[in-house]
Amino acid sequence: MTAIISDPKTPCTDVDPFSRDVLEDPLPFQSELRAAGPVVYLNKYDVYAMGRYGEVQAALTDWQTFQSAAGVGLSNFRKEMPWRPPSLLLEADPPHHDAPRALLTKILGPREIRKLAESWTADAEELVDQVLSRGSEFDAVADLAAAFPLRVFPDAVGIPQAGRENLLPYGDHAFNAFGPPNELVAKGAPRVPELSASIASQCAREVLTTDGFGAQIWAAADRGDITEAQAPLIVRSLLTAGVDTTVNGLAAVLYAFATNPGQWARLRDNPALSRTAFDEAVRFESPVQTFFRTTTRDIEVGGTLIPEGRKILMFLGSANRDPRRWDNPDTFDLNRDPSGHVGFGFGIHQCVGQHIARLEASTLLEVLARSIETIEICGPTRRHHNNTLRAWQSLPVRVKTSSTFTRK
Amino acid sequence: MFTEENSQSYASETKLVVTAKKHLADGVVSLNLAHPAGRRLPDWTPGSHIDVVLPSGINRQYSLCGDRWDAHNYRIAVLHERDGRGGSEFIHHGLTEGTTLAVGGPRNNFRLVPSEKYLFIAGGIGITPMLPMIQSAHMMGADWKLLYFGRSRRTMAFLDELAAYGDRVMIVPKDQAGPRSASDLIGPASVDTKVYVCGPQRLLAAVERLCADWQPGLLRLEHFAAKSHGAPIRDTSFDVELARAGLTVTVQPEVSVLEAIQRAGVRMLTSCREGTCGTCEVIVLGGQPDHRDSILSDADRAAGNCMFPCVSRSCGDRLVLDV
Repeated sequence: MTAIISDPKTPCTDVDPFSRDVLEDPLPFQSELRAAGPVVYLNKYDVYAMGRYGEVQAALTDWQTFQSAAGVGLSNFRKEMPWRPPSLLLEADPPHHDAPRALLTKILGPREIRKLAESWTADAEELVDQVLSRGSEFDAVADLAAAFPLRVFPDAVGIPQAGRENLLPYGDHAFNAFGPPNELVAKGAPRVPELSASIASQCAREVLTTDGFGAQIWAAADRGDITEAQAPLIVRSLLTAGVDTTVNGLAAVLYAFATNPGQWARLRDNPALSRTAFDEAVRFESPVQTFFRTTTRDIEVGGTLIPEGRKILMFLGSANRDPRRWDNPDTFDLNRDPSGHVGFGFGIHQCVGQHIARLEASTLLEVLARSIETIEICGPTRRHHNNTLRAWQSLPVRVKTSSTFTRK
Repeated sequence: MFTEENSQSYASETKLVVTAKKHLADGVVSLNLAHPAGRRLPDWTPGSHIDVVLPSGINRQYSLCGDRWDAHNYRIAVLHERDGRGGSEFIHHGLTEGTTLAVGGPRNNFRLVPSEKYLFIAGGIGITPMLPMIQSAHMMGADWKLLYFGRSRRTMAFLDELAAYGDRVMIVPKDQAGPRSASDLIGPASVDTKVYVCGPQRLLAAVERLCADWQPGLLRLEHFAAKSHGAPIRDTSFDVELARAGLTVTVQPEVSVLEAIQRAGVRMLTSCREGTCGTCEVIVLGGQPDHRDSILSDADRAAGNCMFPCVSRSCGDRLVLDV
């Protein structure tokens, strides 16, 4: 490496956070990262890293110093060509970020999406009914965590049926591409032209239904609140950021319950805990593990001077397990107030779809809590490796349906 | 300092200190506001305003006209309105540096939307929201012009800052240029120029007439006269009935509704705690909320059926929430 650390006192590590071992279980590395210091230098990638809650939360908040427009992956857009036109939300700074953000904040706001709750509950009931009718053992990832968002979200956006099978592979590649150009990225590369074209075709005004989020985005272009050129890219943001994330968020909460039967019993006693349960699972598992920022000026953090123009890897998952911030951070606990976790990010880029994610999760969990007395892991679980996401490939579970549950 | 920063410090009413008060022009002063502990202030976008609660309890709204790349300071500019209701009189002649003011918001009902061309039209103190808009338009490489009307140069604030923009800015003081009307200067209808206007009612009405047959969405206006906030902001305690929990909690002036609910042992999910993310939204079943968030539009506020208890309070002595 040709890297020069401006401050020789900064701790450094040779560990590759995107290696197979760390992706399989990032917790030991994250613990070492937090212990090493508030800012750690990653030798392999010539970047800085933050793993403690205080610094991560503060840096996410300080968009003036830690910008997103140079990319939120390892690639520095000031020097390298992005693999696709950058996101108008995730990979943008004010003032360019303002109008797209304001629009999605409105369209995806809690009051706007409240009207979806009823039909999503019906969808959840139907899905759970179908799954349970096939038997008491199933894969919680394929049959619930992936099936439910794919059932409700594309309809809410209003995209056509054709091409929906490309949503998960496209999202998987997009989240891999925030990491280094490793084998995970190489594996996805051959399908990029095909997947990108498929996703782009679903963002066009003429293919979208007239009442979904997509149509509302195009209506905003008609009002002049965004430009016509921005509209398809904003729809693309929903399709990239709204599927894999919620699938893994749901998988996280189902895994947490399957391995914490006492917490499941609490949820059954009080289904109103479903929202808290989901946020606690997002804290606990952090489906989005990491994002980069780039410094816009020299900045001192925790005794380390980070020069202008440098990439910093923010470990959201590590911050969410930082014992400096959380009591018993490695416990999934519905008694905890998970507010303030950085699993959705923080500040002006905080997940604009978080209310959608919570609504998906709470509708599904409330239906499951009514239908299922116990849920346990009944076979070997398998992680899915992604450079950014903490994901599951397979979660075999066995459930006992509740005595009050009657199939329609 | 860096690691001490924490957004959870933004309580229901952010108390800010007047760190500078400057004379800008005849009848115009600017105030610089900062957190007493030097913390970041909530983020804002061009066109945003804040609610300023003066020590007498009256509440006034002022456009933010500073630089949002400076996260630690807000700047507002205040015109001395001689026939006003006392707010500007106090700011001009009573308020001193070092005074603490309660501030709500920021909120934005006058958003800058993207465009390749802008025409900004300001009358008098209506220049304030235009300054951050111009900064943004300039950064985005837009083709923009500012028409700035005033009685005389002596009464027109920010002429020094605007000079940096050269001939994109046209200063139109009535006493020098003669009474030139907006219609002489705006020119013919355009299909690709977004027009932002802020100023006295007379100016807004004139521009609205001129642009009556323009394509919708091109003209965007804000009335700069401080709008009444409805009922006065309480500085005493009030009760909040939690309908589902079957509890009533008393909210003291120094705690937020959210904190009072949580202290009563009722769980409520929150995130930003500054009235920007919307996570803690609750349905209001009774009473009138005193909205202090950055999310609701004026229409939403008028409906009064929801609120964000991390920042919003009560206008009356009782609120009933679906909690």
